[in-house]
Amino acid sequence: MEHYTMNLTLKVWRQKNAKSEGHLETYQVSDISSEMSFLEMFDVLNEQLIRDGKEPIAFDHDCREGICGMCSMYINGKPHGPWQANTTCQLHMRAFKDGDTIVVEPWRANAFPVVKDLVVDRTAFDRIIQAGGYVSVNTGNAVDGNAIPIEKDKADAAFAAAMCIGCGACVAACKNSSAMLFLSAKVSHLALLPQGAPERKSRVVNMVAQMDKEGFGACTNTGACEAACPKEISLSNIARLNQEYLTASLVSEK
Amino acid sequence: MLDAKIPSGPLENKWTDYKGHCKLVNPANKRKLEVIIVGTGLAGASAAASLGELGYKVKAFCFQDSPRRAHSIAAQGGINAAKNYQNDGDSVFRLFYDTIKGGDYRAREGNVHRLAEVSANIIDQCVAQGVPFAREYGGLLSNRSFGGTQVQRTFYAAGQTGQQLLIGAYQALERQVALGNVKMYSRHEMLEVVMVDGKARGIIARDLISGKLERHFGHAVLLCSGGYGNVFYLSTNAMGSNVTAAWKAHKQGAAFGNPCFTQIHPTCIPVSGDHQSKLTLMSESLRNDGRIWVPKKQGDSRKPNEIPEEERDYYLERRYPAFGNLVPRDVASRAAKERCDAGYGVGTSKQAVYLDYASAIERYGRTEASKHGLEQVSIEEIITMGKEVVKEKYGNLFDMYEKITGENPYEVPMRIYPAVHYTMGGLWVDYELMTTVKGLYALGEANFSDHGANRLGASALMQGLADGYFVIPYTIGNYLADEIYNKPISTDHEAFISAEKEVSRRLEQLMNIKGTTSVETFHKRLGKIMWDKCGMARNAKGLQEAISEIQQLKKEFWKDVKIPGAIDEFNPELDKAGRVADFIELGELMCIDALNREESCGGHFREEHQTEDGEAMRHDDKFMYVAAWEYKADHEWILHKEALHYDVIKPSQRNYK
Ligand SMILES: Cc1cc2nc3c(=O)[nH]c(=O)nc-3n(C[C@H](O)[C@H](O)[C@H](O)COP(=O)(O)OP(=O)(O)OC[C@H]3O[C@@H](n4cnc5c(N)ncnc54)[C@H](O)[C@@H]3O)c2cc1C
Ligand code: SF4
Ligand code: FES
Repeated sequence: MEHYTMNLTLKVWRQKNAKSEGHLETYQVSDISSEMSFLEMFDVLNEQLIRDGKEPIAFDHDCREGICGMCSMYINGKPHGPWQANTTCQLHMRAFKDGDTIVVEPWRANAFPVVKDLVVDRTAFDRIIQAGGYVSVNTGNAVDGNAIPIEKDKADAAFAAAMCIGCGACVAACKNSSAMLFLSAKVSHLALLPQGAPERKSRVVNMVAQMDKEGFGACTNTGACEAACPKEISLSNIARLNQEYLTASLVSEK
Repeated sequence: MLDAKIPSGPLENKWTDYKGHCKLVNPANKRKLEVIIVGTGLAGASAAASLGELGYKVKAFCFQDSPRRAHSIAAQGGINAAKNYQNDGDSVFRLFYDTIKGGDYRAREGNVHRLAEVSANIIDQCVAQGVPFAREYGGLLSNRSFGGTQVQRTFYAAGQTGQQLLIGAYQALERQVALGNVKMYSRHEMLEVVMVDGKARGIIARDLISGKLERHFGHAVLLCSGGYGNVFYLSTNAMGSNVTAAWKAHKQGAAFGNPCFTQIHPTCIPVSGDHQSKLTLMSESLRNDGRIWVPKKQGDSRKPNEIPEEERDYYLERRYPAFGNLVPRDVASRAAKERCDAGYGVGTSKQAVYLDYASAIERYGRTEASKHGLEQVSIEEIITMGKEVVKEKYGNLFDMYEKITGENPYEVPMRIYPAVHYTMGGLWVDYELMTTVKGLYALGEANFSDHGANRLGASALMQGLADGYFVIPYTIGNYLADEIYNKPISTDHEAFISAEKEVSRRLEQLMNIKGTTSVETFHKRLGKIMWDKCGMARNAKGLQEAISEIQQLKKEFWKDVKIPGAIDEFNPELDKAGRVADFIELGELMCIDALNREESCGGHFREEHQTEDGEAMRHDDKFMYVAAWEYKADHEWILHKEALHYDVIKPSQRNYK
């Protein structure tokens, strides 16, 4: 792999706190190595800002290996940037070339208010899980792990849905700010497993109700969420969610 | 000062006897007892959920925006349990034995046996929560092997076991939040333990969004704040992982156990340049199927695929024929360093070795071919089929490697090098997980307990969940049973006021330095000292130098650090500054501990103490103890020794040959 360095123009969203107005600010960075990660490029910019006596840019990140779901930048009009099936922290600078201009904004959704600069509040996702995204089993209640065999296909499908890292890119990508992909991943994960079966109906109804309460928009099947999802959560989960919801509401009309 | 409180009686009865005799708290009283839990990784989330279920009033804290993002999420490879589903000779005793031996005989028998006993319950609990572990075609749970063992006892969910286990614990936690039993405080950082009459009674936490300080009361405080590998700046830990919670507790009287016991993981992606902000682990599970080698010729600059088989040195298989590529981590890391130091390293930096999947791909391809009854197949077809199998097992790890390095590991061998990964040291705790401060507990990686001088792969997840789901729910009752007469203490109590004042003074002091050097720069300098002199190999001279360099660094930090912004706002640089200040103090203690321990054991390798063929040489006569350091004053600690007794296992020199 050939390595190279580049000079870039960055336009970054700056916003002091939830209440203030924000705007794009322009910065120059030079000698950026193609081997750096996108966030390491931000580290360089922040060090530069600190040196110049300016405020560094606040952004969320932690694991820097694509699994915690904390990083969340809207890069050149795409959540997590140009690479497929990728998080911001895994994006590397070889995706860009010398002289590029890169625009970086926070996730935008009513349910995700900006905290500062590129940091948003995603606690709405936690509240959706509180509404029913679990199996009600207390510690110590469990039977032997092999007591209930699960077809490999089903287990694999549940795992594929459980890969969701709760980053919120699906919401950011959607013109309606719908959280359906996130919700459908959780509902599918638990609905596909026998352990999730007893609460299957109440779970989906309660979680959907909470999602609506949080102010996420409706799903109009554009598929923008799937395209942006770093974990390739499939749209078929949304179909499953709709099916689950339909069955649950039919049955619960007593 | 140190009473480990290990129950008497035969090893296999200790835990059962303890559970049968410990004090209980009746359900009505549990509702009156408040417990503070700092951290929501596997240890904290499982403890919060379990204690909430029991009826205690729990407050849980984490610095990320959601409890689901704790560093545990990043664990890849798997979790051990003595289920013996594979019928390959596993048992509670064997898991216990492997862990004690893997830890180079520096862990307690009593604790480790309990860990092995509850390991099987963990898997059951996780399955019941809906954790999608890997399964075989028959629908039963699948296992893989991990370093330092000869049985297959590791349960996994592709390369993201930590994520799936943490989501399980997080869901259980959120269920308790919904029920009102747990109150969750995310984006909060604990900055002080509040002591009243010699007992931990609460914490001071900072709301990281508003910057405001808060006082929280608890009848007991549990620290589940993770490990301190980031003292080395570069490590596989998440960027935010830090020692602050544990360090504040240490300065309030909690002894720090074996601070120098650090695990350097053999298979990580090598450093690519000065900009490097963290290192990425390539799961140990890759050593199951991958073969590690370097060229037989020094400074060989040919491409890996151009080096013929007979010119490759599979040095682990050569040196350790019995365990081969599956030797424990400390052994594998040192062997890689030895080859690179001797001039056989590969890649541009020459600080790397190859992890090669070519033969595994071919082997799996052949198995697939015969499974499908194909006889006339070309080698290309075999390789295609083999790649599919490898993709299913390790796909996300291979993808990660490719994203970072831009190289395709299905075609060229991966380049790997050891990196700081885990800290076996931590707050000293007794059998009940209580620190030397009454009412203050430490769980998970934050405590020092079960891994001795080296942790075996897939055992940290096991320990974190054992502590949270199955140990603390019993042991905390034994303490809280006597607390039911104590009403909650008002947070207007003098102790809370003065603790808050002290935290606020520290924050102001940091902000007022207004120096010229960024926090990051200090952290990098500390990391370099630690890696060079207290890293994979240590010696007395280097450690002494490191101690004075760190003392100097501390002076500079408090004179010259530059922190932008203000206290009463979202200010990640200020958060980081506090953490680096604590890392600097911890770094000094780690070097002191490493200097004191004049032997090599597990991950602690003192160059002065090695066998003729370069293996670690323990000195059981002098050092068969846990070093528990009590904080006295700046740069001043007192060493307490907890002698280790081996009643069941006879310590010997570890042999993986
Ligand atoms: C890349 C990687 C892969 C790994 N793979 C494996 C594996 O396959 N198998 C295995 O067994 N182990 C593995 N480990 C080790 C294992 O993941 C960790 O040891 C374990 O998850 C630690 O869990 P914990 O609950 O103790 O702490 P953590 O998960 O680190 O959680 C710490 C918590 O404390 C909080 N916290 C910290 N300080 C404060 C404070 N001051 N105030 C408020 N909150 C605070 C954090 O917000 C967080 O919630 C791996 C580690 C790494 C780095
Ligand atoms: S569904 Fe995908 S994009 Fe949405 S939160 Fe989950 S991982 Fe992120
Ligand atoms: S920082 Fe964890 S996913 Fe990006």
